[in-house]
Amino acid sequence: MRYIPNSPDERAQMLHQIGASSIAQLFESIPADLRLPEHLKVPAALSEIEVLAGFDRMAARNAAARRVSFLGAGAYSHYIPTIVDHLISRSEFFTAYTPYQPEISQGTLQAIFEFQTMVCQLTGMDVANASMYDGSTGLAEAVLMAERITRRAKVAVSSGVHPQYLEVIDTYVQHAGIEVLRAEIDGKTGQTLPGAFDSLDDQTAAIVIQSPNFFGCIEDIKALADKAHAAGALLIVAVTEAMSFGLLRSPGACGADIVVAEGQSFGVPLSFGGPYVGLFATRDKYARQIPGRLVGEAFDKQGRRGFVLTLATREQHIRREKATSNICTNEGLIALAATIYLETMGKKGVQEAALQCAQKANYTAGRIKALEGFSLPYAAPVFNEFAVRGPVEAKGLLARLAREKEIDGGIELSRFYSDRPNDFLVCVTETNTREQIDGLVDGLKTLSHAL
Amino acid sequence: MANVPEDLHYSKDHEWIRVEGNIAVVGVTDHAQDALGDVVYVELPKAGDEFAAHESFGSVESVKAVSEVFTPVSGEVTEANDALQDEPEKVNQDPYGEGWMIKIKMKSPGELDSLLTAAEYEDFTKAETE
Amino acid sequence: MQERGGHGVPPLQSDVAINMTATNITKVTSHPSQNEQLIFERSQPGRAGYSLPQLDVDEVPIDQIIPQRFQRDDDLDGMPEVAEVDVVRHFTRISTWNYSIDLGLYPLGSCTMKYNSRLNEKVARISGFANLHPLASVEEAQGALEVIYQLEQHLAEITGLPGISLQPAAGAHGEMTGVMIIRAFIDARDGEGASANRRTMLIPDSAHGTNPASAHLSGFTVKTIRSTSEGLTDLDHLRELCAHGEVAGLMLTNPNTLGLFERNIKEICEIVHDAGGLVYMDGANMNALVGVARPGDMGVDVIHLNLHKTFSTPHGGGGPGSGPCCCTEELERFLPVPRVVKNSKTDSPHVAGQSGDTYRLDFDRPQSIGRVKAFLGNYGMMLRALSYILTHGYDGLREATEAAVLNARYIANGMANDYDRPYVAPPMHEVVFTDKRQSRKGVHTLDIAKRLIDYGFHPMTIYFPLIVPGAMLIEPTESVGHQELDQFIEAMRSIAREAIEDPELVLNAPHTTRIGRLDEAAAARKPVLRWKPKQAATAT
Repeated sequence: MRYIPNSPDERAQMLHQIGASSIAQLFESIPADLRLPEHLKVPAALSEIEVLAGFDRMAARNAAARRVSFLGAGAYSHYIPTIVDHLISRSEFFTAYTPYQPEISQGTLQAIFEFQTMVCQLTGMDVANASMYDGSTGLAEAVLMAERITRRAKVAVSSGVHPQYLEVIDTYVQHAGIEVLRAEIDGKTGQTLPGAFDSLDDQTAAIVIQSPNFFGCIEDIKALADKAHAAGALLIVAVTEAMSFGLLRSPGACGADIVVAEGQSFGVPLSFGGPYVGLFATRDKYARQIPGRLVGEAFDKQGRRGFVLTLATREQHIRREKATSNICTNEGLIALAATIYLETMGKKGVQEAALQCAQKANYTAGRIKALEGFSLPYAAPVFNEFAVRGPVEAKGLLARLAREKEIDGGIELSRFYSDRPNDFLVCVTETNTREQIDGLVDGLKTLSHAL
Repeated sequence: MANVPEDLHYSKDHEWIRVEGNIAVVGVTDHAQDALGDVVYVELPKAGDEFAAHESFGSVESVKAVSEVFTPVSGEVTEANDALQDEPEKVNQDPYGEGWMIKIKMKSPGELDSLLTAAEYEDFTKAETE
Repeated sequence: MQERGGHGVPPLQSDVAINMTATNITKVTSHPSQNEQLIFERSQPGRAGYSLPQLDVDEVPIDQIIPQRFQRDDDLDGMPEVAEVDVVRHFTRISTWNYSIDLGLYPLGSCTMKYNSRLNEKVARISGFANLHPLASVEEAQGALEVIYQLEQHLAEITGLPGISLQPAAGAHGEMTGVMIIRAFIDARDGEGASANRRTMLIPDSAHGTNPASAHLSGFTVKTIRSTSEGLTDLDHLRELCAHGEVAGLMLTNPNTLGLFERNIKEICEIVHDAGGLVYMDGANMNALVGVARPGDMGVDVIHLNLHKTFSTPHGGGGPGSGPCCCTEELERFLPVPRVVKNSKTDSPHVAGQSGDTYRLDFDRPQSIGRVKAFLGNYGMMLRALSYILTHGYDGLREATEAAVLNARYIANGMANDYDRPYVAPPMHEVVFTDKRQSRKGVHTLDIAKRLIDYGFHPMTIYFPLIVPGAMLIEPTESVGHQELDQFIEAMRSIAREAIEDPELVLNAPHTTRIGRLDEAAAARKPVLRWKPKQAATAT
């Protein structure tokens, strides 16, 4: 096996040196009846050429990867500067472990410190951790954190939160004694209105919203924060489209207490759903309740600045069942990709990409709205994603659009809500050209008539 | 050798008590702070909180460990040493002075009788380390 | 108090020079690549590292699209402005301050730092996977589902457990999934009322901290099982704890964190099963077993794997991982939704343009614990792991296990005369030593670890497992040749000599790194967790 350095002769020599007669002897502590009598039923080893050919064949079956795409709903196609993949592919980053030995891990530690800093700046919060698995698990952890802070056992969650995120919250809290209440979005605006939380009581730990929400609508975070705080509850804001930070007022500036986001938009390929990276930020006063790793500044005896993992007593390896979370491995390399992305794009690049998203989505929405039989069900302002109501069933329409026009035009909402057969979500980013958008509009027009 | 002042009461959980009328001042011993290492954070209760004897009233953190601290006597907290929020290192530097943790209004001063004297505590720590 | 470091001030001054005692050559310490600042300190207004196409749609005043009150008003203050080459130099420079597997032996016990093949990286970047949206219709993502299906089949064969979910994103996440499955099974079997009396999870004192934390998330109370003087689970204590009746399960690592195979594993499983509980195995140490023995054959009910350990997907400085959850057929119905299933030839809906087997997502799993993550898991890691398995084949997988165990045994043998080994049984893929002999001279495990850095090696796992005072847990993996093992052993022996002859040298290590030991206590007392712009920094 070419990845294993020691040759059979070397191994024989080593065996001799430790006084063992055979490899089998090394496994004698495993009772004989538990040792596999024959080899595993997995294929025989393949050469590099064969392995690549096999994966190329399977990749070719993924037609969607080659299409013009307007898919969003929690995973977005944005431009990725070439240097992002180049830099994360450096051995020193991608083959390093968690930076437990700071003297020889300063590269990773400094990068995480920069990541934490930019997450704070984007979200408008005081303190951010070194990453969560993704936005959905980050949101579930935020709910658990709100319960720890307030010692209250109910959370009121907007139905404008990504339906898969809602499912993850339900899974995480099912044995934590936390009751999850749903608050419906307003049918006209598509927003979560403060009135939806009028029944909030003194047992509510937090209001949970997403902005822009699953339907693309920008929430009035400030009004919802006021509502939560009036009841002594926290406001948790989830953001699935992190690019919106480039244009929209930060949740922190609007009064949020915990902000979680899916950071995939920052330089991370779609990759069929992962690995992505969860951003997690909160107020200084809650820093000791934050889940996951934190990197802080430290100095050596000569006064030289470095960085270390800090406040580790919150974590599972020390506090065990009383830890703030069970998370250990996070999304280090993906957080690094996001860091490199944000530094390459910089202040102006993030602003411009965000602005282009909003302009192109606005153009697209305007054109689709003008089509006969199509409407936009919600009145609230949007960032780069919006719901469309078509004249025919969305599933069939989108399938034909893909087949005949090579365009993935959106995601039918019937996948998540059985009572919404004609609705679909359209997402537009800076990577979509006007030609692609016009193609989408023409396709929708022709095919909806044909159906 | 750890410092064990004569005039205090001690618990087997390594807390000390200084009696001031019906108020007990509670902290951790020199021996305990040495075992903990550099204290980086102290979590204390609020005035008004009530505790039974030997109940945990807070925790002390070093870089890589968390230890609970227990009140040797029952009663109501009248004051917590909030200065430790900013300067937890006082627990290391001056465990019997500025490193005190809480003042507690004793419910049953008789509980003091079950605590150790300085000499008994010294013997106890010696036995424990051996 | 003296101002230390600070914003915009290089941490090393050019007039400060380190005196290299051995050769008396002075090293210029203003060296740019050794003093790379934070990117924010490098930032210059007006620099840019990106380019985007001109906006090609009719531009509308932004206030007409998004009301001003919803727009940012801070101009993203504090975000850096740098050129592309600034970014490349920045990360290239700081990268050189990292140790990595590609540089050498990375013997972290329980972490399995093996070679990360470049072929796997190439596979994960094939555009048909990398550009695939997770909500693409399944008809147009058949190849992606085929990868998941294939990997599940192979992992089922490797573990002997047929029910697999690849959704969990890391080991602890897979653990949480597994423990929630145990909870769901017991609730279903006993009924909600009766199962409320079965809320105890047994965990050995040598376990990873994630075990109790995951058990807690599922509403279990943890009881700790003692280890015997041999370093194995204490069967008497286990029986005693099981006699109480409220035991929901046992979480066991095998080989355990002392590197020893729990040879009574079958009996352990029987005791727990007889008490009405299930056995969860932490698969962190599967690198000792792949191709040699299978948890499913031992009586284990559910296990998680770490693709980022055993199956060589890179650790990336702390992640991403992937923590598949594997279980018995009986428990399969509780796995997270959705599941990837192969369509049978007859009920297979026509999938346009597809030849071969077809696959779909099955959401109809009423007894499932639910979804543990958005989408389908850390897919990029699945591609790499499948590539690893296919490259090795059945022979290679077994060979890797054998080589990993041989390497650990070789280290155990080589260090035996210089370090205390608390458990005498022959280790599997990792071995634990202590600082017992060295601590007599005041040299502790941390010091030995730091001194090892001066010898060019990454330290081993230290102070874990918690039951071994001054533990040094060493796992070489199969990815190291015998010359380098000899160098490592010689380095450890040399440090043992230094601990006697010149303890100060060890106590002040490392001596060769860019920075010395950092004051972690000060960092934790007044945590500085982010950089702040200058005005804000002076204001606070």
